Amino acid sequence: MTDLSPLDAEGIDAAVAAATDAYQAAQTLDELKEARLAHTGDKAPLTLANRGIGAVAKEDKPTAGKLMGQARAAITRAHDARLAILEAERDARVLIDEAVDVTLPTSREQRGSRHPLEALQETMCDTFVSMGWEVADGPELEAEWFNFDALNFDPDHPAREMQDTFFIDPPESGLVLRTHTSPVQVRAALARRDALTNEGRGIYVVCPGKTFRTDELDATHTPVFHQIEGLAVDKGLTMAHLKGTLDAFARSLFGPDARTRLRPSFFPFTEPSAEMDLRCFVCDGGDPDCRTCSGTGWIEWGGCGMTHPNVLRAAGIDPDEYTAFAFGMGIERTLMFRHGVKDMRDMVEGDVRFSQQFGMVI
Amino acid sequence: MPKIPLDWLEESVPLVPGSTGADVAAALVKVGLEEEGIDGGEISGPLVVGRVMSLVKEAQSNGKTINYCRVDVGEHNDPAGPGHKPDNKVEYPPSRGIVCGAHNFVEGDLVVVVLPGGVLPGPFPIGGRKTYGHWSDGMICSAKELGLGEDHDGIIVLRHADGTPGLLPADVALEPGMDAIGLLDLDKETIEINVTPDRGYSFSIRGVAREYSHSTGQPFTDPAGRVEIAGTAVADAGESSAFPILIEDAAPIRGKVGCDRFAALRVTGFDPAAESPGWMKRRLTAAGMRPISLAVDVTNYVMLELGQPLHAYDLDHLVAPIVVRRANPGEKLVTLDDAGRVLDAEDLVIADSEGGHAARAIGVAGVMGGASTEVSETTANILLEGAHFDPITVARSARRHKLPSEASRRFERGVDTVLGPIAVHRAAQLLVEFGGGEIESVYTDVNATTAPAPLTTTVDFPGRIIGIDIPADEVVASLELVGCVVERDGDDLTVTPPTWRPDMDAPITLVEEVGRLRGYDNLPSVVPVAPPGRGYTHAQKVRRQVARTLAESGLTEVITYPWMSEQRLLDMRAKPEGILRDTIKLANPLSAEQPYLRTSVLATLLDALKVNLSRGAKDVGLFEVGRAYRASTIGDIPDYFEGGTITPEDVARLDEALPQQARRVAGIMTGDRVPTSWRGKGEPYDWSDAIQYVKRAVDVVDLPVTVRAGDAGAAEAFHPGRVAQIWVGDEPIGVAGELHPKVLETLGLPARTVAFEVDLDAIVAASQGVFESAVPVSQQVLAKEDFAFVVDAPVTAADLTMVVTDAGGDLVEDAHVFDVYEGEQIGEGKKSLAIAVTLRAADHTLSGDEVLAVREAIVAAAGERLGAELR
Ligand SMILES: [Zn+2]
Repeated sequence: MTDLSPLDAEGIDAAVAAATDAYQAAQTLDELKEARLAHTGDKAPLTLANRGIGAVAKEDKPTAGKLMGQARAAITRAHDARLAILEAERDARVLIDEAVDVTLPTSREQRGSRHPLEALQETMCDTFVSMGWEVADGPELEAEWFNFDALNFDPDHPAREMQDTFFIDPPESGLVLRTHTSPVQVRAALARRDALTNEGRGIYVVCPGKTFRTDELDATHTPVFHQIEGLAVDKGLTMAHLKGTLDAFARSLFGPDARTRLRPSFFPFTEPSAEMDLRCFVCDGGDPDCRTCSGTGWIEWGGCGMTHPNVLRAAGIDPDEYTAFAFGMGIERTLMFRHGVKDMRDMVEGDVRFSQQFGMVI
Repeated sequence: MPKIPLDWLEESVPLVPGSTGADVAAALVKVGLEEEGIDGGEISGPLVVGRVMSLVKEAQSNGKTINYCRVDVGEHNDPAGPGHKPDNKVEYPPSRGIVCGAHNFVEGDLVVVVLPGGVLPGPFPIGGRKTYGHWSDGMICSAKELGLGEDHDGIIVLRHADGTPGLLPADVALEPGMDAIGLLDLDKETIEINVTPDRGYSFSIRGVAREYSHSTGQPFTDPAGRVEIAGTAVADAGESSAFPILIEDAAPIRGKVGCDRFAALRVTGFDPAAESPGWMKRRLTAAGMRPISLAVDVTNYVMLELGQPLHAYDLDHLVAPIVVRRANPGEKLVTLDDAGRVLDAEDLVIADSEGGHAARAIGVAGVMGGASTEVSETTANILLEGAHFDPITVARSARRHKLPSEASRRFERGVDTVLGPIAVHRAAQLLVEFGGGEIESVYTDVNATTAPAPLTTTVDFPGRIIGIDIPADEVVASLELVGCVVERDGDDLTVTPPTWRPDMDAPITLVEEVGRLRGYDNLPSVVPVAPPGRGYTHAQKVRRQVARTLAESGLTEVITYPWMSEQRLLDMRAKPEGILRDTIKLANPLSAEQPYLRTSVLATLLDALKVNLSRGAKDVGLFEVGRAYRASTIGDIPDYFEGGTITPEDVARLDEALPQQARRVAGIMTGDRVPTSWRGKGEPYDWSDAIQYVKRAVDVVDLPVTVRAGDAGAAEAFHPGRVAQIWVGDEPIGVAGELHPKVLETLGLPARTVAFEVDLDAIVAASQGVFESAVPVSQQVLAKEDFAFVVDAPVTAADLTMVVTDAGGDLVEDAHVFDVYEGEQIGEGKKSLAIAVTLRAADHTLSGDEVLAVREAIVAAAGERLGAELR
């Protein structure tokens, strides 16, 4: 085989055609590479022809250069076109080959969860904080005086026995496990009293937390439970404001149609006092067989009232100048009817399956 | 709580026509008397009178004896012939066969029989059924089954075989087959209501009728007003025939004399055998009291009707005068329930003068009478007592002697001060009506009661508190309706509360009356505008985020009860002397086994782990955020604060004295953290996970954490070689690691269970008010250097990391041990620690020489300070 002349247009065309054919014939990237080396490698005719440019007559160099340039461009184009096709085929195949069963279990670690009582308590607090209220905390082991006397519970009044109290040994220690979060109301009021009287800054606080009464555990009672209480002290507060606050709270937890009603009742620390019922959010009073409200259309939710002047006085607030309202509800009870929990025991036994039914936000 | 038979209620207030028990209950709820239940009206027949014709006792293999009875039920009888299979081998007279387990009746007694097709309260539908080898056509009923009381022991005998009266008096005609629903007034409804402690007067028909009237506008007739008092009252019996009564209270409680009114009325010569009328027995039963004898029934009946507790003494056993006084210390009294009681000097007693003036206690005032002067089946002369006792005295005695009685329940809540003489006359009149005898015309009424103090207020005050405009006329009318006497002078009101409302002691109580009569149904709903709030406190935010972080890291939050046994502490290897010193005990625990409050959250979190394991779980990670309680810091808790007003300083002092009750977070993990799966074998929770959870919790506030090898003395429950103490700054905040094998074995928990517990309050405190200052993020190129050092086995990763970091100075961006190797190549008592160090300067790219210098400094320092040799 004689060397291809860089001036042999026909021969060059043939070499280009041969390369193009070889590229087209390549079925894999490896074959293409092989073809490329064969047609553009050191010993390929076109390579040799290119090298021969230096040997042609000076006047022929432009022609030879042009011919060879066109040839190189043509085979590069042909190669790249084939390369693009073969690479695309390969990429597509890789994606198919790499396919997995995406329905395999993905869990790598245990799932965790908040306790729904805690999550619900946070949701409740968020509502009040969004209204400008503050959240107050206080001790669980509390002075008996603070748990009762400061809240207008006379030591001999039968109301004191309404709340079966855990006393700390020895009984004369003067300590109890708080029976409600009401002492926190007084603590919070005291802490904010100066701002109230000096700056006219109203007191709006909720007091969530653990409370204790000597009830045996059963489906609807637990000796350790959680409450959220609220206290507002300001000039000119009325029962209508109490009702408005409860309605707003109800709407935040049960939707825009939620509403409450008040029924006269008695608590030592409020006067007037009322029981608060929530309109049944399941049946709206329309189902006599409703299991959420037992067909009554209303769900007993908590107690409330206008804070007794004696309680304000105990906190050093003048009841002639300021009025106040307070309310409280059980968080367990709210969780029960809001989420259809049938048995209180599920909340206290610590079975992870109970907590894990709920999300982080409820 | 009181049960109100509607037909009785109706004697003082006509019910709204067509009202059911539920309607009445709904009306009462509106004014503040909550419904607790409705009895009656739930029974449908056939419920008939039956005569027990034959009764065969049959011992059963379960030890019981049952009666197979043939009962004559009149028109409901099966015709004569063989009984229903399997009783079809015997010919019976017209009757029905019934199996009954009670034994308080004999052949010939008239009983109450519910036949198939009937429905008892429950609802409990009755059918014929095979039982104990017989066919039983229904039941012979007990009082409880009929909703007539709690008496479940025996069946009701309407009349005994010998003709003596049973439940029904002799003059009621009874025939087998008669409908018993009407006979026993089972079609009449009784509602049970819950009376709040401020409304003692509602422990009576009188009080409830008044409330029903308030709710519905139906006219109220005061049953006390219907009682006519013919006789003359004397305070001092003197020479009169009245029974002398003296009040000699030498030790009033809280300044109040124990008895401020005592009416005593004699009834003589009545027939001790006379029986209470059927309607009275039925009403007593429906109201939850057991009929006993005419004298006793009448006193109970009047108490239920008017709310005034009464006591009947056997006059022939009394020695005048009766003296009301405090008990002598150690004085003894046998009460009506035949219990011997040792009295307290605070107890108020009724004494007579048997053995000397006021020598013999014959009752604890307002609580329970004594046995020595009790009325008996032969008593024909009695003295009726209608007194007014101080609520506090009665409440304390009832509590002290654990004797809550119908009387004490009423006195504790306050009884109308005018009722004493009225009630004794009402009782006397009933007694005479049904038992004959005579009422004395001169009676004793020692009366030291004071009229209720008038309250002053303004007509707009109720509206201002309730939040609606209430016309002045309505305010006045409402107050008058509840029994107040109102004087109006322009906008000023002077309001005298009625004698039955001791709770009305301040103007605010008048607001409640006006409010509840109007009802809260139409109260406007106005959301008050709070001043701009400060949001959550730092502590609240940290607590919330720590809990979320742990939950997001795979642990499940639980809430356990804070009680524990002493054994639990011992099981956790606590030192016995510490247990006694630091542990708070409940005076009245629910379980005697668990009287202590937990001193760590872990102590009770263990129980939750056990619950999960017992229910089949294997891989469990739990955490709890809660308080642990320590008594070592218990101070002097003030009983009260000076002046009745609390100051912030009082609270500060109190908080100093309160026991430590820090919020803590604890976790416990067992089984696999990463479960075995298609990716490969699972990874069990180990000690390092426990430490990592703590680090994550502290990372919430991004405080630097130091992990130190544990000091066994501070964490007895943990494996001494696999526990870390976690420090923040110079304070240990908790421990984490593997639990002690002995603890796990004792508690029956899986080996290698790991746990942590840290003081959450300490994390909050350490981060409170700390503003992290940002370091500029360097853009310079990073240099990486790895080292493998051979060190003595006790040298920890933390030791090496600290030395390396120190030696590298400001240039060290990160240093962490990434491999640990022990083996023959290294030698006995040695180990190899590989540490990766990244270096970077803030302002320039480190040169090769600079990196080399740091490298040499690190090697030198490790050698000098730890004896480490580069491998
Ligand atoms: Zn409903």
